[in-house]
Amino acid sequence: MAKYVFKRVIYMILTLFLIASFTFSLMKMLPGSPISTSSKLTPNQLAAVEAKYGLDKPLPVQYGIYMKNMVKLDFGTSFQFKEASVTELIINRAGPSFILGIQALILGTIGGIILGMIAALRQNTAWDYGSTLIAIFGISIPSFVFASLLQYWIGVKGGFLPVGLWENGWKSSILPTIALAMGPLATSARFIRTEMIEVLGTDYITLAKAKGASGIEIAFKHAFRNALIPLITVMGPLAAGLVTGSLVVEQIFAIPGIGEQFVKAINVSDYSVIMGTTMFFSVLLILVIFIVDILYGIVDPRIRLAGGNKQ
Amino acid sequence: MTKEYPKLPPEAFKHVHMDGSQTEKISKPSLNFWQDAWLRIRKNKAAVVSIFVLTFIVLMSLVGPMISPHDFETQEITHANLPPKVPGLEKIGIFDGTGKMGGKEINLYEMKNVDTYYWFGTDGLGRDMFSRVWKGTQISLLIALIAAVIDMVIGVAYGGISAYYGGRVDDAMQRVVEILYGIPTLVVVILMILVMDPGIMAIIIAISITGWIGMSRIVRGQVLKYKNQEFVLAARTLGASNGRIIKKHLLPNVMAIIIINTMFTIPSAIFFEAFLSFIGLGLQSPNASLGTLINDGYRLIQFQPHILAIPAAILSLLMIAFNLIGDGLRDALDPKMKD
Repeated sequence: MAKYVFKRVIYMILTLFLIASFTFSLMKMLPGSPISTSSKLTPNQLAAVEAKYGLDKPLPVQYGIYMKNMVKLDFGTSFQFKEASVTELIINRAGPSFILGIQALILGTIGGIILGMIAALRQNTAWDYGSTLIAIFGISIPSFVFASLLQYWIGVKGGFLPVGLWENGWKSSILPTIALAMGPLATSARFIRTEMIEVLGTDYITLAKAKGASGIEIAFKHAFRNALIPLITVMGPLAAGLVTGSLVVEQIFAIPGIGEQFVKAINVSDYSVIMGTTMFFSVLLILVIFIVDILYGIVDPRIRLAGGNKQ
Repeated sequence: MTKEYPKLPPEAFKHVHMDGSQTEKISKPSLNFWQDAWLRIRKNKAAVVSIFVLTFIVLMSLVGPMISPHDFETQEITHANLPPKVPGLEKIGIFDGTGKMGGKEINLYEMKNVDTYYWFGTDGLGRDMFSRVWKGTQISLLIALIAAVIDMVIGVAYGGISAYYGGRVDDAMQRVVEILYGIPTLVVVILMILVMDPGIMAIIIAISITGWIGMSRIVRGQVLKYKNQEFVLAARTLGASNGRIIKKHLLPNVMAIIIINTMFTIPSAIFFEAFLSFIGLGLQSPNASLGTLINDGYRLIQFQPHILAIPAAILSLLMIAFNLIGDGLRDALDPKMKD
């Protein structure tokens, strides 16, 4: 186990190093720079600005400085907002994003578990088809389509929930949370359904039935707990999906979160914010996958992590 | 429980001679891979309906821009923001060109003196939505298809080579994959798009740059499973070359899983294209894809909901159809389910 964790940590660091270098080189290859558009600058001023942001040094030196700062969690200052450090910008924006993400994850998985359980226990009935339909819709309909529909029908036409922004406390988080939760909901519903059906067909369930356990007892005490464990494995992709979703959902509902800022930064080529946020997302997702893998080994003793490649 | 059986005369019985040459005869016609798959997918109603829906959308995306009297990039400012109007349907009160203006329901076609029909209405620049939607569908499908094929080719080759040659080759190739696998797709796609000139090529490259990894892992797992089985060993003993073993013995076995995985790559590529277009990194006007159309429509959602609704509905239908066909294929091709 310790060996496995060590190996994984080394890979995580390598991956992050690669992403950081990749990000750096891409940013250097980018056409245009934030200064190039302010044409009013004289060559002297231009040189001064470049010196201020360290753009005048040779590339390897810039790379070295960039890497050194990154280790110190210093992603430089934003070109867009004067003097604001990227780290600060991300931290300031993290609140709404995290609230939305966590709420969506909780709503999505719990909703998905309920749907999946109903579908598995009432297999091949209207209940099953209904929940499968919801799951297919959830997987297929992109979050931005769903988010704009929600915003239009409930926010604008219905008028009983805030259409956007982050000013009405918890209420403003309801619609974006639902929009974000559709993905996790659909994924976990399908997953739980498959797992439950598989578990319900095993010998120990037959045994539990034979000894006279009630339907509810079998479903919750015997089947559910075993069906739940593999759900942990989809948490990594779910988290990735949430981050992707947050970019558009935050944009649609004008929520002052990291995703909205990221999209804005892309549109005005604010390099340091793009780089910082990219690194932030990468670290977040890599950590989630790492924790998920470790957790899986702890929760289910049947899985040997050291066994190498899993499907 | 005794039952009365009628007494049968001895003549009713006849000796049947066993014919040794007949025991090996196959009575049913042997089905190839596709016939077998078709037999099973036919039972899955959702998949069959999806195949029809998908065929319809694909056909429309090809002929749609041609059958409309208006082309997809001509702007007629005087015809801007018209709601849908369809000959025939207008008489029963839907798609008759009425829309809201200043809070009142009026026929915008009469008001603006337009005497042609725009089946899906027009957008803010007076371009025909019908042509634009199908043109956009065509481009979205094209991007998804090319991305899926690239993913498939690279993924199968990489995973296959890695597993088949094994040993040090496998080790080295898998270390690379393990590092790449950690990189979130979203991050790579956005960064790649940023450096390249916006356009179809950029989107395809961005989507396929990490897209093949999933396929390569699956193929590797499958090839590893099969390559040491007796039938491969037997082929090798009989002197089959590596190429022949891969082509004749391994690929057919891995084929099912490659096809299933590709069926799920396509919707995810469609999604990524639409996603990129939605956050403003996609195609540039006058080119259209479903994503850019949805993005345009979203800005006008309050006034002209049809501009968002139609491409959004087609995108959703496409995604649903692909996912359902993928599910159906998985059930039909999965050898474990073979009965």
